[in-house]
Amino acid sequence: MIGLGVLNGMAVTLRNFIGSYFIKERLITVQYPEERETLPENYRNFPFLIFDTDDVEKGLRCVACKICEKECPPQCIYIVKSEDKKPDYMGKSQFYPRVFDIDISVCMSCQICVEVCPFEAIKMDKVFELSRRERFDALLMRKEELAKPNTYYHNIHPLEAAEVDGKLAEAAEAKKKKT
Amino acid sequence: MSAGFHELEEAPPLMTSRLEGDLLEVSMGPQHPSTHGVFRMNVALEGEIVRKLKPVFGYLHRNHEKIGENTSYLGSMPYTDRLDYFCSMTNNWAYALSVEKLAGIEVPERAEYLRVILAELTRLQNHASLLGFLLSDMGAWGTPLMYAFREREKILDLFESLSGSRMMCDYMRFGGCRCDLPPGWMERARKLVDGFPRFLDEFEKLIVSNEILIARTQNVGSLSSELAINAGITGPMLRACGVNYDLRKVDGYGFYPRFKFRVPLGDHGDCYDRLMMRALEMRESIGILKQAMEQLPAGPIINPKVKLRAFKPPVGEVYGRIEGPKGELGFYLISDGSANPYRYRVRPPSFVNLTILEDLCLGHTVADVMVILGSIDIVMGEVDR
Repeated sequence: MIGLGVLNGMAVTLRNFIGSYFIKERLITVQYPEERETLPENYRNFPFLIFDTDDVEKGLRCVACKICEKECPPQCIYIVKSEDKKPDYMGKSQFYPRVFDIDISVCMSCQICVEVCPFEAIKMDKVFELSRRERFDALLMRKEELAKPNTYYHNIHPLEAAEVDGKLAEAAEAKKKKT
Repeated sequence: MSAGFHELEEAPPLMTSRLEGDLLEVSMGPQHPSTHGVFRMNVALEGEIVRKLKPVFGYLHRNHEKIGENTSYLGSMPYTDRLDYFCSMTNNWAYALSVEKLAGIEVPERAEYLRVILAELTRLQNHASLLGFLLSDMGAWGTPLMYAFREREKILDLFESLSGSRMMCDYMRFGGCRCDLPPGWMERARKLVDGFPRFLDEFEKLIVSNEILIARTQNVGSLSSELAINAGITGPMLRACGVNYDLRKVDGYGFYPRFKFRVPLGDHGDCYDRLMMRALEMRESIGILKQAMEQLPAGPIINPKVKLRAFKPPVGEVYGRIEGPKGELGFYLISDGSANPYRYRVRPPSFVNLTILEDLCLGHTVADVMVILGSIDIVMGEVDR
Protein backbone atom coordinates (compact mmCIF):
# COMPACT_ATOMS: atom_id res chain seq x y z
CA MET A 1 0.00 0.00 0.00
CA ILE A 2 1.33 3.39 -0.92
CA GLY A 3 1.94 5.51 2.13
CA LEU A 4 2.73 2.63 4.45
CA GLY A 5 6.46 3.43 4.34
CA VAL A 6 5.77 7.01 5.33
CA LEU A 7 3.53 5.87 8.19
CA ASN A 8 6.23 3.47 9.36
CA GLY A 9 8.68 6.35 9.47
CA MET A 10 6.20 8.45 11.42
CA ALA A 11 5.89 5.67 13.98
CA VAL A 12 9.64 5.78 14.51
CA THR A 13 9.52 9.54 14.97
CA LEU A 14 6.66 9.23 17.44
CA ARG A 15 8.47 6.57 19.43
CA ASN A 16 11.54 8.78 19.63
CA PHE A 17 9.47 11.76 20.72
CA ILE A 18 7.66 9.91 23.50
CA GLY A 19 10.79 8.00 24.42
CA SER A 20 12.71 11.23 24.95
CA TYR A 21 10.58 11.84 28.06
CA PHE A 22 11.43 8.50 29.67
CA ILE A 23 14.66 7.10 28.21
CA LYS A 24 17.80 9.08 28.84
CA GLU A 25 19.55 7.66 25.79
CA ARG A 26 17.04 9.25 23.48
CA LEU A 27 17.49 12.73 24.90
CA ILE A 28 21.14 13.53 25.06
CA THR A 29 21.18 17.32 24.85
CA VAL A 30 22.47 19.38 27.75
CA GLN A 31 21.16 22.87 28.47
CA TYR A 32 24.63 24.32 28.30
CA PRO A 33 25.21 27.39 30.48
CA GLU A 34 23.12 25.98 33.34
CA GLU A 35 24.00 22.30 32.98
CA ARG A 36 27.53 21.23 32.19
CA GLU A 37 29.08 17.91 31.35
CA THR A 38 32.37 17.06 32.98
CA LEU A 39 35.22 17.23 30.49
CA PRO A 40 37.18 14.02 29.91
CA GLU A 41 40.62 13.79 31.46
CA ASN A 42 42.38 13.94 28.09
CA TYR A 43 40.52 17.02 26.87
CA ARG A 44 42.88 19.62 25.46
CA ASN A 45 42.42 23.17 24.39
CA PHE A 46 45.28 25.66 24.59
CA PRO A 47 48.74 25.36 26.12
CA PHE A 48 49.82 26.88 29.43
CA LEU A 49 53.10 27.06 31.32
CA ILE A 50 53.68 25.26 34.61
CA PHE A 51 55.50 26.72 37.60
CA ASP A 52 56.41 24.86 40.77
CA THR A 53 56.27 26.32 44.28
CA ASP A 54 54.35 29.58 44.79
CA ASP A 55 56.63 31.97 42.97
CA VAL A 56 55.80 32.53 39.31
CA GLU A 57 59.16 34.08 38.45
CA LYS A 58 61.29 31.55 40.27
CA GLY A 59 59.33 28.38 39.74
CA LEU A 60 58.71 28.53 36.00
CA ARG A 61 59.90 25.26 34.52
CA CYS A 62 60.54 26.76 31.08
CA VAL A 63 64.20 27.38 30.29
CA ALA A 64 63.58 29.11 26.93
CA CYS A 65 65.13 26.32 24.83
CA LYS A 66 62.80 27.36 21.97
CA ILE A 67 62.07 23.80 20.84
CA CYS A 68 58.31 24.33 21.00
CA GLU A 69 58.66 27.57 19.06
CA LYS A 70 60.49 25.71 16.32
CA GLU A 71 58.18 22.69 16.19
CA CYS A 72 54.84 24.53 16.44
CA PRO A 73 53.13 23.92 13.06
CA PRO A 74 51.22 27.23 12.85
CA GLN A 75 54.10 29.16 14.50
CA CYS A 76 52.01 30.74 17.24
CA ILE A 77 54.69 30.73 19.97
CA TYR A 78 57.10 33.64 20.41
CA ILE A 79 59.97 33.38 22.89
CA VAL A 80 62.76 35.77 23.79
CA LYS A 81 65.53 34.15 25.79
CA SER A 82 67.02 35.99 28.74
CA GLU A 83 70.65 37.17 28.62
CA ASP A 84 71.33 36.34 32.24
CA LYS A 85 70.79 33.16 34.19
CA LYS A 86 68.98 32.98 37.47
CA PRO A 87 68.45 30.17 39.95
CA ASP A 88 65.27 28.13 39.50
CA TYR A 89 63.29 26.49 42.31
CA MET A 90 65.95 23.80 42.74
CA GLY A 91 68.71 26.39 43.04
CA LYS A 92 70.20 25.54 39.66
CA SER A 93 71.17 28.50 37.50
CA GLN A 94 69.13 28.50 34.29
CA PHE A 95 68.04 30.74 31.45
CA TYR A 96 64.43 31.85 31.54
CA PRO A 97 62.03 33.25 28.93
CA ARG A 98 62.03 37.04 29.05
CA VAL A 99 59.01 36.99 26.71
CA PHE A 100 56.76 34.00 26.19
CA ASP A 101 53.70 34.72 24.04
CA ILE A 102 51.18 32.33 22.56
CA ASP A 103 48.71 33.71 20.06
CA ILE A 104 45.72 31.50 20.79
CA SER A 105 43.83 32.89 17.81
CA VAL A 106 46.44 31.05 15.71
CA CYS A 107 46.98 28.00 17.92
CA MET A 108 45.25 24.87 16.64
CA SER A 109 45.48 22.79 19.82
CA CYS A 110 47.58 20.06 18.27
CA GLN A 111 49.58 19.29 21.43
CA ILE A 112 52.89 19.04 19.57
CA CYS A 113 54.52 21.62 21.88
CA VAL A 114 53.59 19.45 24.85
CA GLU A 115 55.05 16.34 23.25
CA VAL A 116 58.37 17.88 22.25
CA CYS A 117 59.03 19.77 25.51
CA PRO A 118 61.91 18.02 27.32
CA PHE A 119 61.25 19.84 30.62
CA GLU A 120 57.52 19.08 31.06
CA ALA A 121 57.06 22.84 31.19
CA ILE A 122 54.14 23.30 28.80
CA LYS A 123 50.85 21.44 29.10
CA MET A 124 47.36 21.65 27.66
CA ASP A 125 44.68 23.63 29.45
CA LYS A 126 40.97 22.86 29.64
CA VAL A 127 39.54 26.39 29.63
CA PHE A 128 37.29 26.86 26.64
CA GLU A 129 35.20 29.93 27.44
CA LEU A 130 37.59 32.45 25.96
CA SER A 131 35.43 34.94 24.08
CA ARG A 132 37.00 38.40 24.13
CA ARG A 133 35.86 41.86 23.11
CA GLU A 134 39.03 42.75 21.21
CA ARG A 135 40.21 40.75 18.29
CA PHE A 136 43.99 40.80 18.39
CA ASP A 137 45.64 41.84 21.65
CA ALA A 138 43.17 40.13 23.93
CA LEU A 139 43.86 36.74 22.35
CA LEU A 140 47.64 37.11 22.60
CA MET A 141 48.45 35.39 25.87
CA ARG A 142 51.47 36.79 27.72
CA LYS A 143 53.73 34.91 30.07
CA GLU A 144 51.83 36.17 33.12
CA GLU A 145 48.51 34.82 31.85
CA LEU A 146 50.01 31.53 30.69
CA ALA A 147 51.83 30.64 33.90
CA LYS A 148 49.75 28.40 36.14
CA PRO A 149 50.81 26.42 39.23
CA ASN A 150 51.47 22.70 39.26
CA THR A 151 48.50 22.21 41.59
CA TYR A 152 46.24 23.52 38.83
CA TYR A 153 47.71 20.93 36.47
CA HIS A 154 46.98 18.24 39.04
CA ASN A 155 43.41 19.49 39.19
CA ILE A 156 42.67 19.25 35.49
CA HIS A 157 44.72 16.18 34.46
CA PRO A 158 45.14 14.13 37.68
CA LEU A 159 46.44 10.90 36.11
CA GLU A 160 48.79 12.54 33.67
CA ALA A 161 50.15 14.98 36.27
CA ALA A 162 50.93 12.20 38.72
CA GLU A 163 52.86 10.39 35.98
CA VAL A 164 54.81 13.54 35.08
CA ASP A 165 55.66 14.24 38.72
CA GLY A 166 56.93 10.70 39.12
CA LYS A 167 59.13 11.08 36.06
CA LEU A 168 60.59 14.38 37.29
CA ALA A 169 61.28 12.98 40.77
CA GLU A 170 63.03 10.00 39.21
CA ALA A 171 65.21 12.27 37.07
CA ALA A 172 66.12 14.41 40.11
CA GLU A 173 67.00 11.28 42.08
CA ALA A 174 69.22 10.00 39.27
CA LYS A 175 71.01 13.33 39.09
CA LYS A 176 71.65 13.35 42.85
CA LYS A 177 73.21 9.89 42.68
CA LYS A 178 75.55 10.99 39.90
CA THR A 179 76.93 13.95 41.88
CA MET B 1 -7.03 32.45 -48.90
CA SER B 2 -4.88 29.77 -50.51
CA ALA B 3 -1.85 32.11 -50.67
CA GLY B 4 -2.18 32.77 -46.99
CA PHE B 5 -2.24 29.05 -46.25
CA HIS B 6 1.02 28.57 -48.16
CA GLU B 7 2.67 31.30 -46.19
CA LEU B 8 1.76 29.58 -42.98
CA GLU B 9 3.16 26.27 -44.11
CA GLU B 10 6.53 27.71 -45.06
CA ALA B 11 6.95 29.80 -41.95
CA PRO B 12 9.44 28.51 -39.37
CA PRO B 13 7.89 26.19 -36.79
CA LEU B 14 7.07 28.67 -34.08
CA MET B 15 5.84 26.19 -31.51
CA THR B 16 9.02 24.13 -31.20
CA SER B 17 11.31 27.15 -31.08
CA ARG B 18 9.23 28.60 -28.27
CA LEU B 19 9.51 25.36 -26.28
CA GLU B 20 13.29 25.13 -26.66
CA GLY B 21 13.83 28.68 -25.57
CA ASP B 22 17.18 29.82 -24.22
CA LEU B 23 19.14 28.02 -21.58
CA LEU B 24 18.91 29.76 -18.25
CA GLU B 25 22.14 29.84 -16.33
CA VAL B 26 21.82 29.61 -12.57
CA SER B 27 24.63 29.84 -10.08
CA MET B 28 23.99 27.39 -7.24
CA GLY B 29 26.14 28.12 -4.25
CA PRO B 30 28.68 28.92 -2.86
CA GLN B 31 26.23 29.93 -0.13
CA HIS B 32 23.68 27.17 -0.45
CA PRO B 33 22.35 25.01 2.36
CA SER B 34 22.73 21.75 0.42
CA THR B 35 26.16 22.12 -1.14
CA HIS B 36 27.98 20.76 1.94
CA GLY B 37 30.18 23.77 2.36
CA VAL B 38 31.25 26.44 -0.06
CA PHE B 39 30.81 24.69 -3.38
CA ARG B 40 29.43 26.40 -6.47
CA MET B 41 27.83 24.93 -9.57
CA ASN B 42 27.00 26.91 -12.67
CA VAL B 43 23.95 25.10 -13.98
CA ALA B 44 22.40 25.71 -17.42
CA LEU B 45 18.73 24.88 -17.23
CA GLU B 46 16.08 24.22 -19.80
CA GLY B 47 12.91 24.62 -17.83
CA GLU B 48 13.81 22.48 -14.85
CA ILE B 49 16.08 20.06 -16.71
CA VAL B 50 19.83 20.37 -16.30
CA ARG B 51 21.58 20.68 -19.66
CA LYS B 52 25.03 21.76 -18.54
CA LEU B 53 26.77 21.82 -15.20
CA LYS B 54 30.10 23.38 -14.37
CA PRO B 55 31.48 22.97 -10.88
CA VAL B 56 33.58 25.81 -9.44
CA PHE B 57 36.12 24.83 -6.80
CA GLY B 58 38.54 26.72 -4.66
CA TYR B 59 36.50 28.68 -2.14
CA LEU B 60 38.03 26.76 0.74
CA HIS B 61 41.56 26.51 -0.62
CA ARG B 62 44.03 26.59 2.26
CA ASN B 63 47.31 25.73 0.55
CA HIS B 64 47.48 22.40 2.31
CA GLU B 65 50.09 20.79 0.08
CA LYS B 66 52.45 23.77 0.07
CA ILE B 67 52.20 24.04 3.85
CA GLY B 68 53.05 20.34 4.01
CA GLU B 69 56.23 20.97 2.04
CA ASN B 70 57.29 23.75 4.37
CA THR B 71 56.72 22.07 7.69
CA SER B 72 58.25 19.01 9.28
CA TYR B 73 56.78 15.55 8.77
CA LEU B 74 55.26 15.63 12.23
CA GLY B 75 53.95 19.16 11.70
CA SER B 76 51.72 18.02 8.85
CA MET B 77 49.88 15.55 11.07
CA PRO B 78 47.50 18.07 12.67
CA TYR B 79 46.88 19.62 9.26
CA THR B 80 45.64 16.31 7.88
CA ASP B 81 42.83 16.45 10.46
CA ARG B 82 41.51 19.44 8.58
CA LEU B 83 41.34 17.71 5.20
CA ASP B 84 38.15 15.77 5.69
CA TYR B 85 37.08 17.10 9.04
CA PHE B 86 34.54 14.33 9.50
CA CYS B 87 37.12 11.56 9.53
CA SER B 88 40.31 12.88 11.05
CA MET B 89 41.31 9.44 12.32
CA THR B 90 41.46 7.88 8.85
CA ASN B 91 43.29 10.93 7.50
CA ASN B 92 45.87 10.54 10.24
CA TRP B 93 46.22 6.88 9.46
CA ALA B 94 46.71 7.44 5.73
CA TYR B 95 49.46 9.98 6.38
CA ALA B 96 51.13 7.91 9.09
CA LEU B 97 50.98 4.86 6.83
CA SER B 98 52.73 6.73 4.00
CA VAL B 99 55.51 8.02 6.23
CA GLU B 100 55.95 4.61 7.84
CA LYS B 101 56.26 3.09 4.38
CA LEU B 102 58.79 5.75 3.43
CA ALA B 103 60.96 5.30 6.50
CA GLY B 104 60.37 1.58 6.97
CA ILE B 105 58.92 1.89 10.46
CA GLU B 106 57.24 -1.04 12.16
CA VAL B 107 54.07 -0.52 14.15
CA PRO B 108 53.33 -2.45 17.35
CA GLU B 109 50.43 -4.85 17.26
CA ARG B 110 48.27 -3.02 19.77
CA ALA B 111 48.59 0.21 17.82
CA GLU B 112 47.53 -1.52 14.60
CA TYR B 113 44.44 -2.94 16.29
CA LEU B 114 43.59 0.45 17.76
CA ARG B 115 43.94 2.02 14.33
CA VAL B 116 41.48 -0.47 12.88
CA ILE B 117 39.03 0.19 15.72
CA LEU B 118 39.25 3.95 15.32
CA ALA B 119 39.01 3.81 11.54
CA GLU B 120 35.87 1.70 11.70
CA LEU B 121 34.34 4.01 14.31
CA THR B 122 35.11 6.87 11.94
CA ARG B 123 33.40 5.00 9.14
CA LEU B 124 30.33 4.51 11.31
CA GLN B 125 30.00 8.17 12.19
CA ASN B 126 30.78 9.38 8.67
CA HIS B 127 28.19 7.13 7.05
CA ALA B 128 25.59 7.85 9.72
CA SER B 129 25.92 11.59 9.30
CA LEU B 130 25.97 11.23 5.51
CA LEU B 131 22.60 9.46 5.60
CA GLY B 132 21.28 12.27 7.76
CA PHE B 133 22.62 14.99 5.48
CA LEU B 134 21.29 13.27 2.38
CA LEU B 135 17.79 13.08 3.82
CA SER B 136 18.10 16.65 4.94
CA ASP B 137 18.90 17.64 1.34
CA MET B 138 15.82 15.77 0.17
CA GLY B 139 13.55 17.76 2.40
CA ALA B 140 13.32 15.63 5.53
CA TRP B 141 14.57 18.58 7.49
CA GLY B 142 16.15 17.89 10.78
CA THR B 143 14.65 14.70 12.13
CA PRO B 144 16.80 11.99 10.47
CA LEU B 145 19.84 14.26 10.69
CA MET B 146 19.35 14.67 14.43
CA TYR B 147 18.96 10.92 14.93
CA ALA B 148 22.18 10.37 13.01
CA PHE B 149 23.98 13.09 14.92
CA ARG B 150 22.84 11.61 18.21
CA GLU B 151 24.77 8.44 17.34
CA ARG B 152 27.66 10.38 15.91
CA GLU B 153 27.93 12.38 19.10
CA LYS B 154 28.47 9.21 21.12
CA ILE B 155 31.37 8.24 18.86
CA LEU B 156 32.82 11.74 19.04
CA ASP B 157 32.65 11.54 22.84
CA LEU B 158 34.78 8.43 22.61
CA PHE B 159 37.26 10.24 20.38
CA GLU B 160 37.32 13.16 22.78
CA SER B 161 38.06 11.07 25.83
CA LEU B 162 40.81 9.27 23.92
CA SER B 163 42.55 12.02 21.98
CA GLY B 164 41.35 15.21 23.64
CA SER B 165 39.43 16.63 20.74
CA ARG B 166 36.16 15.68 19.09
CA MET B 167 37.02 16.27 15.47
CA MET B 168 40.65 17.39 15.24
CA CYS B 169 41.97 14.25 16.91
CA ASP B 170 45.63 14.37 15.82
CA TYR B 171 45.97 10.97 17.44
CA MET B 172 48.25 8.84 15.27
CA ARG B 173 52.00 9.21 15.24
CA PHE B 174 54.65 7.61 13.04
CA GLY B 175 55.11 4.13 14.43
CA GLY B 176 51.97 3.95 16.51
CA CYS B 177 49.50 6.09 18.38
CA ARG B 178 50.02 8.99 20.75
CA CYS B 179 48.59 7.70 24.01
CA ASP B 180 46.99 4.56 25.36
CA LEU B 181 43.31 4.08 26.04
CA PRO B 182 42.03 5.88 29.14
CA PRO B 183 40.45 3.64 31.80
CA GLY B 184 36.91 2.59 30.97
CA TRP B 185 37.19 3.51 27.29
CA MET B 186 36.87 -0.03 26.01
CA GLU B 187 33.71 -0.72 28.01
CA ARG B 188 32.10 2.42 26.64
CA ALA B 189 33.13 1.53 23.10
CA ARG B 190 31.75 -1.99 23.49
CA LYS B 191 28.46 -0.64 24.74
CA LEU B 192 28.26 1.71 21.78
CA VAL B 193 29.04 -0.99 19.25
CA ASP B 194 26.48 -3.33 20.81
CA GLY B 195 23.83 -0.61 20.69
CA PHE B 196 24.57 0.55 17.17
CA PRO B 197 22.58 -2.10 15.25
CA ARG B 198 19.49 -0.91 17.11
CA PHE B 199 19.99 2.56 15.67
CA LEU B 200 20.52 1.09 12.22
CA ASP B 201 17.31 -0.95 12.42
CA GLU B 202 15.40 2.11 13.49
CA PHE B 203 16.96 4.28 10.85
CA GLU B 204 16.26 1.78 8.11
CA LYS B 205 12.65 1.55 9.21
CA LEU B 206 12.50 5.31 8.97
CA ILE B 207 13.80 5.57 5.42
CA VAL B 208 14.10 2.35 3.45
CA SER B 209 10.45 1.80 2.56
CA ASN B 210 9.55 5.46 2.47
CA GLU B 211 7.79 6.06 -0.88
CA ILE B 212 9.00 9.63 -1.18
CA LEU B 213 12.60 8.59 -0.67
CA ILE B 214 12.29 5.81 -3.23
CA ALA B 215 10.78 8.19 -5.77
CA ARG B 216 13.53 10.71 -5.20
CA THR B 217 16.48 8.32 -5.35
CA GLN B 218 15.76 5.29 -7.52
CA ASN B 219 16.98 5.72 -11.12
CA VAL B 220 18.37 9.12 -10.23
CA GLY B 221 22.00 9.78 -11.07
CA SER B 222 22.78 6.31 -12.37
CA LEU B 223 26.47 5.64 -12.80
CA SER B 224 27.70 2.87 -15.09
CA SER B 225 30.57 0.74 -13.88
CA GLU B 226 32.65 1.56 -17.01
CA LEU B 227 32.45 5.29 -16.37
CA ALA B 228 33.14 4.80 -12.69
CA ILE B 229 36.30 2.80 -13.36
CA ASN B 230 37.51 5.16 -16.10
CA ALA B 231 36.98 8.22 -13.92
CA GLY B 232 38.84 6.67 -11.00
CA ILE B 233 35.88 6.64 -8.65
CA THR B 234 36.54 4.76 -5.42
CA GLY B 235 34.81 3.89 -2.21
CA PRO B 236 31.11 3.20 -1.65
CA MET B 237 30.28 5.05 -4.85
CA LEU B 238 32.24 2.55 -6.95
CA ARG B 239 30.90 -0.42 -5.07
CA ALA B 240 27.35 0.84 -5.60
CA CYS B 241 27.90 0.20 -9.34
CA GLY B 242 28.78 -3.41 -8.61
CA VAL B 243 32.57 -3.21 -8.86
CA ASN B 244 34.17 -5.27 -6.14
CA TYR B 245 37.07 -3.04 -5.15
CA ASP B 246 37.80 -2.38 -1.50
CA LEU B 247 41.33 -1.46 -0.48
CA ARG B 248 40.83 -3.23 2.83
CA LYS B 249 40.62 -6.45 0.79
CA VAL B 250 42.83 -5.48 -2.17
CA ASP B 251 45.77 -3.94 -0.29
CA GLY B 252 45.19 -5.65 3.03
CA TYR B 253 46.89 -2.80 4.88
CA GLY B 254 46.92 -2.72 8.67
CA PHE B 255 45.51 -5.90 10.12
CA TYR B 256 42.44 -6.07 7.89
CA PRO B 257 43.30 -9.52 6.46
CA ARG B 258 42.83 -10.87 10.00
CA PHE B 259 39.17 -9.90 10.14
CA LYS B 260 36.21 -11.55 8.51
CA PHE B 261 33.95 -9.15 6.67
CA ARG B 262 32.06 -8.93 3.43
CA VAL B 263 32.12 -6.13 0.88
CA PRO B 264 28.55 -5.10 0.04
CA LEU B 265 27.95 -4.43 -3.64
CA GLY B 266 25.22 -2.47 -5.40
CA ASP B 267 23.60 -3.18 -8.72
CA HIS B 268 22.28 -0.06 -10.43
CA GLY B 269 24.66 2.60 -9.22
CA ASP B 270 21.86 5.08 -8.60
CA CYS B 271 21.37 7.27 -5.55
CA TYR B 272 19.32 4.62 -3.74
CA ASP B 273 22.11 2.08 -4.13
CA ARG B 274 24.67 4.56 -2.89
CA LEU B 275 22.52 5.31 0.13
CA MET B 276 21.94 1.65 0.96
CA MET B 277 25.63 0.93 0.42
CA ARG B 278 26.42 3.13 3.41
CA ALA B 279 23.84 1.39 5.58
CA LEU B 280 25.24 -2.03 4.66
CA GLU B 281 28.84 -0.96 5.18
CA MET B 282 28.00 0.19 8.68
CA ARG B 283 26.78 -3.31 9.52
CA GLU B 284 30.06 -4.79 8.26
CA SER B 285 32.02 -2.20 10.24
CA ILE B 286 30.25 -3.30 13.40
CA GLY B 287 31.38 -6.86 12.67
CA ILE B 288 35.00 -5.73 12.26
CA LEU B 289 34.82 -3.66 15.43
CA LYS B 290 33.54 -6.60 17.46
CA GLN B 291 36.34 -8.84 16.21
CA ALA B 292 39.03 -6.22 16.77
CA MET B 293 37.85 -5.43 20.29
CA GLU B 294 37.93 -9.09 21.18
CA GLN B 295 41.43 -9.64 19.81
CA LEU B 296 43.01 -6.40 21.08
CA PRO B 297 46.34 -7.43 22.62
CA ALA B 298 48.25 -5.70 25.41
CA GLY B 299 51.63 -4.19 24.72
CA PRO B 300 53.36 -0.99 23.70
CA ILE B 301 51.41 1.58 21.76
CA ILE B 302 54.25 3.24 19.86
CA ASN B 303 57.52 2.14 18.33
CA PRO B 304 60.15 3.61 20.70
CA LYS B 305 62.80 3.82 17.97
CA VAL B 306 61.02 6.60 16.11
CA LYS B 307 62.25 10.05 17.01
CA LEU B 308 59.59 12.67 17.55
CA ARG B 309 61.83 15.65 16.86
CA ALA B 310 64.19 16.00 13.87
CA PHE B 311 62.62 13.03 12.12
CA LYS B 312 64.35 12.55 8.77
CA PRO B 313 63.27 9.65 6.56
CA PRO B 314 65.67 8.36 3.89
CA VAL B 315 65.60 9.65 0.30
CA GLY B 316 62.81 8.13 -1.73
CA GLU B 317 59.24 8.43 -2.79
CA VAL B 318 56.16 6.62 -1.63
CA TYR B 319 52.45 6.39 -2.18
CA GLY B 320 50.43 5.18 0.77
CA ARG B 321 46.71 4.68 0.59
CA ILE B 322 43.87 3.47 2.74
CA GLU B 323 40.19 2.90 2.28
CA GLY B 324 38.70 5.98 3.87
CA PRO B 325 34.98 6.23 4.46
CA LYS B 326 34.67 8.23 1.23
CA GLY B 327 37.07 6.23 -0.92
CA GLU B 328 40.75 5.81 -1.56
CA LEU B 329 42.67 8.38 0.43
CA GLY B 330 46.30 8.51 -0.59
CA PHE B 331 49.39 10.53 0.26
CA TYR B 332 52.25 10.82 -2.20
CA LEU B 333 55.48 11.89 -0.57
CA ILE B 334 58.93 12.55 -2.01
CA SER B 335 61.72 12.81 0.50
CA ASP B 336 65.10 14.40 -0.21
CA GLY B 337 66.48 13.36 3.13
CA SER B 338 65.72 16.59 4.92
CA ALA B 339 63.22 17.25 7.71
CA ASN B 340 60.56 18.49 5.29
CA PRO B 341 59.04 16.49 2.44
CA TYR B 342 60.19 17.64 -0.99
CA ARG B 343 56.76 16.99 -2.43
CA TYR B 344 53.57 16.36 -0.52
CA ARG B 345 50.51 15.45 -2.50
CA VAL B 346 47.09 14.32 -1.35
CA ARG B 347 44.82 12.11 -3.41
CA PRO B 348 41.45 13.05 -1.97
CA PRO B 349 38.50 10.72 -2.58
CA SER B 350 35.91 13.51 -2.45
CA PHE B 351 37.57 15.49 -5.21
CA VAL B 352 37.98 12.56 -7.58
CA ASN B 353 34.44 11.35 -6.95
CA LEU B 354 33.13 14.82 -7.66
CA THR B 355 34.61 14.97 -11.16
CA ILE B 356 31.73 13.01 -12.70
CA LEU B 357 29.06 15.27 -11.23
CA GLU B 358 28.04 16.61 -14.65
CA ASP B 359 27.63 13.14 -16.15
CA LEU B 360 25.37 12.15 -13.28
CA CYS B 361 23.24 15.28 -13.34
CA LEU B 362 22.54 15.77 -17.07
CA GLY B 363 18.89 15.21 -17.87
CA HIS B 364 17.72 15.36 -14.28
CA THR B 365 15.89 18.20 -12.57
CA VAL B 366 17.44 20.86 -10.35
CA ALA B 367 15.99 19.21 -7.27
CA ASP B 368 17.77 15.96 -8.19
CA VAL B 369 21.12 17.73 -8.42
CA MET B 370 21.07 18.22 -4.67
CA VAL B 371 20.32 14.54 -4.06
CA ILE B 372 23.07 13.43 -6.44
CA LEU B 373 25.59 15.78 -4.88
CA GLY B 374 24.61 14.58 -1.43
CA SER B 375 24.97 10.92 -2.41
CA ILE B 376 28.51 11.48 -3.69
CA ASP B 377 29.51 12.36 -0.13
CA ILE B 378 31.90 15.28 -0.40
CA VAL B 379 33.56 17.41 2.23
CA MET B 380 34.83 20.69 0.89
CA GLY B 381 37.83 20.72 3.19
CA GLU B 382 39.13 17.77 1.22
CA VAL B 383 38.04 18.90 -2.24
CA ASP B 384 39.73 22.29 -2.10
CA ARG B 385 42.56 21.54 0.37
